[in-house]
Amino acid sequence: MAGVVAAAVIIFGPLSSLVIWSFAEKWYWPHLFPQQVGFFYWAKVLQGDMLRALTDGFLIAIVVTILTLVITIPLAYVLARLPIPFKPLILMVFLLPQAFPQLPVFVNSTTLLYRVNQGGKFWGVVLIHMVGALVFAVWTMTAVFKSVPETLEEAAINLGASRFKSFYSVSLPLATPGIIASTLLVFLYSLDEFTGTLLVGSPFVLTLPVYMYRTSVGYELQVASISALLLMVPGIVLLVLLERYMKSEYLSMFGRI
Amino acid sequence: MVEVRVENVRKTYGKVEALKGASLTFASGAMTAILGPSGCGKTTLLRSIAGFIQVDEGRVFLGGDEVTQLPPQRRGTAMVFQNYALWPHMTIFGNVAYGLRLQKIPEGEIRRRVLKVLELVEIGNLSDVETRKPAALSGGQQQRVALARALVVEPKVLLMDEPLSNLDAKVRQRLRAELRRLQKQIGITAIYVTHDQEEALALADTVVLMDQGRIVQTGTPQDIYLKPETAFAAEFLGVSNQLEAEAADGRLVVAGQTVAYAGPARGKAVMIVRASDIHVEDPATVARPGMVTLTGALEESLFLGAHYRHYIRVGDVIVMADSPDPRPAGAVRLVMPSDRVQVYGK
Repeated sequence: MAGVVAAAVIIFGPLSSLVIWSFAEKWYWPHLFPQQVGFFYWAKVLQGDMLRALTDGFLIAIVVTILTLVITIPLAYVLARLPIPFKPLILMVFLLPQAFPQLPVFVNSTTLLYRVNQGGKFWGVVLIHMVGALVFAVWTMTAVFKSVPETLEEAAINLGASRFKSFYSVSLPLATPGIIASTLLVFLYSLDEFTGTLLVGSPFVLTLPVYMYRTSVGYELQVASISALLLMVPGIVLLVLLERYMKSEYLSMFGRI
Repeated sequence: MVEVRVENVRKTYGKVEALKGASLTFASGAMTAILGPSGCGKTTLLRSIAGFIQVDEGRVFLGGDEVTQLPPQRRGTAMVFQNYALWPHMTIFGNVAYGLRLQKIPEGEIRRRVLKVLELVEIGNLSDVETRKPAALSGGQQQRVALARALVVEPKVLLMDEPLSNLDAKVRQRLRAELRRLQKQIGITAIYVTHDQEEALALADTVVLMDQGRIVQTGTPQDIYLKPETAFAAEFLGVSNQLEAEAADGRLVVAGQTVAYAGPARGKAVMIVRASDIHVEDPATVARPGMVTLTGALEESLFLGAHYRHYIRVGDVIVMADSPDPRPAGAVRLVMPSDRVQVYGK
């Protein structure tokens, strides 16, 4: 019981302070609670830049997710099924950007993107998000396709199905829960990505994490709290969904790619 | 009804030669079992016929047509897999109808044919096959559905890759008999891969014995069992004893004892005899014509249900002998019919 209480305090303590801050219109030391509460900052936020950050962030996340799926599904299928040479090497290449410290990788990408005139632009941010998103997606989806036994497709091919038909009617439907799980991971990653977005996108592309950073640096703690709360909503919703679709066998397949 | 023929097929994986030039004709309308230990190349041979494996060398014929270069989709074989390979996201009906839908057959005819074949394989209650998924069925029932899925497209050849080995003994025995009946009833050419010698003997018209990528012996189940041509064949078919021997004209020295011998082997040899062919008798028994007799000491007996298995020391080897009666430890005579004793030169 004490443990539950402690866990609740640890989890909800900081959260509750965010909630209180979001409604505080006046709160000075040494008062334990705000001297004045109201919807002033909520109203301010919902009228201003915040909404742009919200819509831009979602738009980027949606585009990143779609592009990643389009690239990853065929790629992961091929990696899982066909005897391609240098398979570990190909998988390793996708892991490479994560192997180095994030900041130098992003700084270098930024200079590169500015050189091709994509700095501070929507597609530049999409590209930098996909560097990270592809890692999750390729590794998880390869594992997902591996978890569909090959004989299931052989049985279809044996009865006259083309390679594409067997993929479409057997492997794809069976991999769907895993693809959904992987899609949610990519979407969340893109929505929460901060470093790359800040470096590549500033000052013109604004997403929620960047917006939150800017406002909290400007000591507008109320606005930062509200954006933090808003940023949490899609995360919680999607994680609940993820929990439904993620199967433990996908995780166990990771080692066998 | 087509005849299947393979000519000198070879397949190498890296450094492993899975098939070292197999040539064979599978009779039309007959059930042929390919029997051998794991890794002998039997599954590779089956998959070469199905087209899942491209052979490095040699040719494959279905009927009169060469299919060596054809992809599996266009060979017209149907396969039953060890793990059933039913599609868990489709209903039982959907699984069986899959092959027919690929052929763009009208839905009404598909229905008729699917229900007919499900009846043929005795799936039982047909009323809910359009709503239930394969996972709702037992292993044996699932394999019946898989068999129906293969038969419904009326394939030229039915290929079965250890279809019963995932099932428990009782279901296996029963399905074995039903498979045999169905195959005779339809008259389809069937090739059946198994490592279980009893299954091969029970099911097949012809048994093909394979070892290390080669076909070792081909014959009726009776031939294969009673006249094994090599030490491997004799050893693989049944619980056998192998004894070192020294063969000469008219006699054979086994574990220091001399017995009569009329075969062709000379010099170092191996004598193989099945546990079930050895009678354990009193030490006073005298040698009879047509029987090979050895003297030994019974050390231990195990009760296996259908019979006792006796462990008898003969010289420095232990010989197994099965008999319906228990027997106290001590000196015994082992009596075996000489036509059941195989001697192979080394």
